[in-house]
Amino acid sequence: MSELIALESVSVHFDLGGGGLFGGRRRILRAAEQVSFAIAAGETLALVGESGSGKSTLGNVVAGLQAPSDGRLRFHGAPLDAVGWRQARRAIQIVFQDPFGALDPRMPVSAIIAEPLLIQGGSTARQRRDRAAELVEQVGLPRDALNRYPHEFSGGQRQRIAIARALAPAPELIVADEPLSALDVSIQSQVLNLMKELQERLGLSYLFISHDLAVVNHLVDRVAVLYLGRLVEIAPREELFARPSHPYTQALLDAVPRIGRRRARGHVIKGEMPSPLAPPPGCVFHPRCPKAADICRTDIPTLGAAPGRADQLSACHFRE
Amino acid sequence: MSATTDLAPPPRTDAAIGPWRLRWRRFRRHRTGMASLVILALLVLFALAAVPMQHLLGIDPDATDLLSRFDPPSAAHWLGTDDAGRDELIRLMVGGQISLLVGLVATAIGGVIGLLIGVTAGYFGGRLDALLMRITDGMIALPLLPLLIVLGAVDLTKLGFSSDFAHSTAASFWRIIIIISIVDWTSIARLVRAATLSIKDRDYVRAARASGAGASYVMPAHVLPNVATPIIVALTLTVGRVILFESVLSFLGFGITPPTPSWGNMLNNAQELVTTAPGLAVYPGLLIFITVIAVNFLGDGLQAAFDPRSEQ
Amino acid sequence: MARFILRRTLQALIVLLVMSFVIYGLIGLMPGDPVDMMAAGNPGATPEVIAHLRAIYGLDQPLALRYWHWLLAALTGDFGFSRTHSQPVLEVLAPALWQTCKLMVISFVVSVLLSFTLGIIAARKPGGVVDGLISLFAFAGISVPVFWLALMMILVFAVDLHWFPASGISTLGEGGFIDQARHLVMPVTTLALATTGGFIRFVRASMIEVMRMDHVRTARAKGATEARVVLIHAFRNALIPVVTVMALSFGVLFNGALLTETMFAQPGMGKMIYDAILGNDFNLALVGLLFATLVTLASNLVADLAYGWLDPRISLK
Ligand SMILES: Nc1ncnc2c1ncn2[C@@H]1O[C@H](COP(=O)(O)OP(=O)(O)OP(=O)(O)O)[C@@H](O)[C@H]1O
Ligand code: SF4
Ligand SMILES: [Mg+2]
Repeated sequence: MSELIALESVSVHFDLGGGGLFGGRRRILRAAEQVSFAIAAGETLALVGESGSGKSTLGNVVAGLQAPSDGRLRFHGAPLDAVGWRQARRAIQIVFQDPFGALDPRMPVSAIIAEPLLIQGGSTARQRRDRAAELVEQVGLPRDALNRYPHEFSGGQRQRIAIARALAPAPELIVADEPLSALDVSIQSQVLNLMKELQERLGLSYLFISHDLAVVNHLVDRVAVLYLGRLVEIAPREELFARPSHPYTQALLDAVPRIGRRRARGHVIKGEMPSPLAPPPGCVFHPRCPKAADICRTDIPTLGAAPGRADQLSACHFRE
Repeated sequence: MSATTDLAPPPRTDAAIGPWRLRWRRFRRHRTGMASLVILALLVLFALAAVPMQHLLGIDPDATDLLSRFDPPSAAHWLGTDDAGRDELIRLMVGGQISLLVGLVATAIGGVIGLLIGVTAGYFGGRLDALLMRITDGMIALPLLPLLIVLGAVDLTKLGFSSDFAHSTAASFWRIIIIISIVDWTSIARLVRAATLSIKDRDYVRAARASGAGASYVMPAHVLPNVATPIIVALTLTVGRVILFESVLSFLGFGITPPTPSWGNMLNNAQELVTTAPGLAVYPGLLIFITVIAVNFLGDGLQAAFDPRSEQ
Repeated sequence: MARFILRRTLQALIVLLVMSFVIYGLIGLMPGDPVDMMAAGNPGATPEVIAHLRAIYGLDQPLALRYWHWLLAALTGDFGFSRTHSQPVLEVLAPALWQTCKLMVISFVVSVLLSFTLGIIAARKPGGVVDGLISLFAFAGISVPVFWLALMMILVFAVDLHWFPASGISTLGEGGFIDQARHLVMPVTTLALATTGGFIRFVRASMIEVMRMDHVRTARAKGATEARVVLIHAFRNALIPVVTVMALSFGVLFNGALLTETMFAQPGMGKMIYDAILGNDFNLALVGLLFATLVTLASNLVADLAYGWLDPRISLK
């Protein structure tokens, strides 16, 4: 499989101000710290982690909505600079969590869906109308949806509209930022199936962001686990579910109730994720880690292969 | 919920009529607003009637006749003549054209300035925003009328314009429009900035940005349609304020230069007129007053029609 | 809090500085300059003499440099001489300031009392007949050209009815308290009417808002008398935004004062600035304008502080 997009030690820091002429401490929020991973063509990578772990931030970086403070991106092997982005804008699209905020209430569905084509230019109004009509059917909406306005649709239908919009410029990668979590459970599986079907038909890649490991199981090839802006583990789905290498992943899996599987490890993570304004020294997970030792409080663990599994990487001094 | 309910869009209801139709319906129920609209329409007709009336009565609005100063109303001069023997009614009509035009054009220009500043500040944020908003705050904190008087007193020949142009009516017309519009854009700027801030981080805007859209696409496509209503109300109120400014400046001698009439400069020597020909001091001011009050009531009506909370 | 005051004061000073430069530049663009004036009154002046005079007055130097010299002098309290009054500028300014203060303070008090009364009455039954009449009055106040209102007052009360004098601050040879008061009646009325309209609308709007709030409704449900509900519960809360708006309306008040003074020939700041501009009295006009700017900025600052102080929900940062 060929590499589609790659992040090379990407960091995102938000400057929350202070430290100016009138004093106050300068506050830097480290939303993502030295994150590297790659997505292959046709592959689905899940990005999981607790709320505030930096999933959306990284999703925004990949979608070109957030410039990294440090690090680089590659797309098809070429660096994503100003020129590179101009090409990549078409190829990378995004679907958001909240289907109510994602569609302009004043635009008819046909205009919403064709918007990326309008923005990127080079298409006639007629072409855009035809494309919108084609896409409405592809995502399973009735054709007469085209002339309606977003408020006439339910959450699941709106999410289909958002997906149709993302598909409009025939992208290679769709960043889906928790696309299911605002939907009813019964609707979730429909949208998930739609995404899967589209992937098979169109050969898409997804960066699928989720805080819920259970959802991920149905769709993805590989899983990347984030904690406090750091990538702590990345592995193929089966291996990660079968033998999680990082204590945090283990704890996450333990928290997922699954039928026919008794709780192997008893430890549930205690406490809350620290503030990304003041990350702990050493391994950022150490205040909550059941296996923490002295070295964890001082030395930052690097990402490395788990014993005997070359494509399962984790960042822990005592990786399993 | 079953699969079919997700797929079938709800049937269209009456609620789906366009937002503008709905607003018009609500506005029509606002009595003072509707009355103002009618009055304003009549005032515009009155001003536009100047040319046909001139032909009808065979009167030149600028022709002075020192033998018939301060004539009382007659068949030839329906409202009598002014201090230079010119027909008062025709001059009120022509003056109306000037005053209304200044009001509309200066508001439009000020609106565009406010729009650009508000959009820039709101969309790009950061230091630029801070700077622009400081300028706006500074502008709001200025004593406007004295400043306008100074601007009105500026000698255009010192700016390199020819003496002919500097003393022409056209120069005074554009000068007053420009000086008013460069000071009266702040309310629009603030409004647009607030609206831009509230909309620029909506997901639909972010989706557009992810496709490569910049401010020049996002503004007209997403932000402005969503803030059109408060802007319209604010612009309406601005028209009223501008007409007042024009009248004051012209009255003080820094606005439209005679002999071209405006409602303001027709009151130029009103202080003497008060004793000799009170009517001449009353009519122009009354027209300004009626126009501005109608404009303000119109703004009030639009506000009510646009504000969903006022639906009771 | 201290930091907030410091920062806002600094910002106000910057605005003042920028404005001093802008106004200085604009004044230089007004017709004629001091040397032209002299030359006009002195037909024997040759071009050489005029050029020499320009050099003496520094008028041949670039604007920025002239401004810099003016600023340095101004910072030591030297604002130059008034051409039309043949007096140091500050000595002309002081009595005019006092006159304007009298006019503005009295009008402001009248207009506040009037607007609170009418605004509260209107807010009690929004949409009723009384509210409609008061709204009409308020809109009239906002919409009337102040100079024309003054003209109409003169027409009715001075020319027709002879109740009050049309101009000046006292009658020659009299000048007692009653006489001065009679001269103030029409200017004060005009200015008060011109500012009341906006105030009424604010008082009314914020009273209506407050009356809808829960604690007012609770007080009413508990059987508090109507007067108590309106005055104690609602009015107190409505006061905060209203006070701010009123403090912020200094600019409107000053605009009105300029016109009122001009129309009624009251020797205040507004008329002084107007006359100075008409009479090419550059130094006086410059200082008058800057002073007006300074006071407007200060009143805005006070409004902001008052807002933060009155409303504990706003934290000053
Ligand atoms: N524009 C921003 N400015 C400042 N801080 C931000 C910004 N965007 C995100 N953050 C902070 O960065 C951290 C990571 O946020 P992010 O939205 O990426 O988390 P997330 O994993 O997507 O969480 P959730 O599951 O709640 O969506 C959070 O602490 C958040 O407060
Ligand atoms: S490095 Fe230490 S603290 Fe961090 S996860 Fe591994 S064992 Fe836990
Ligand atoms: Mg998120």
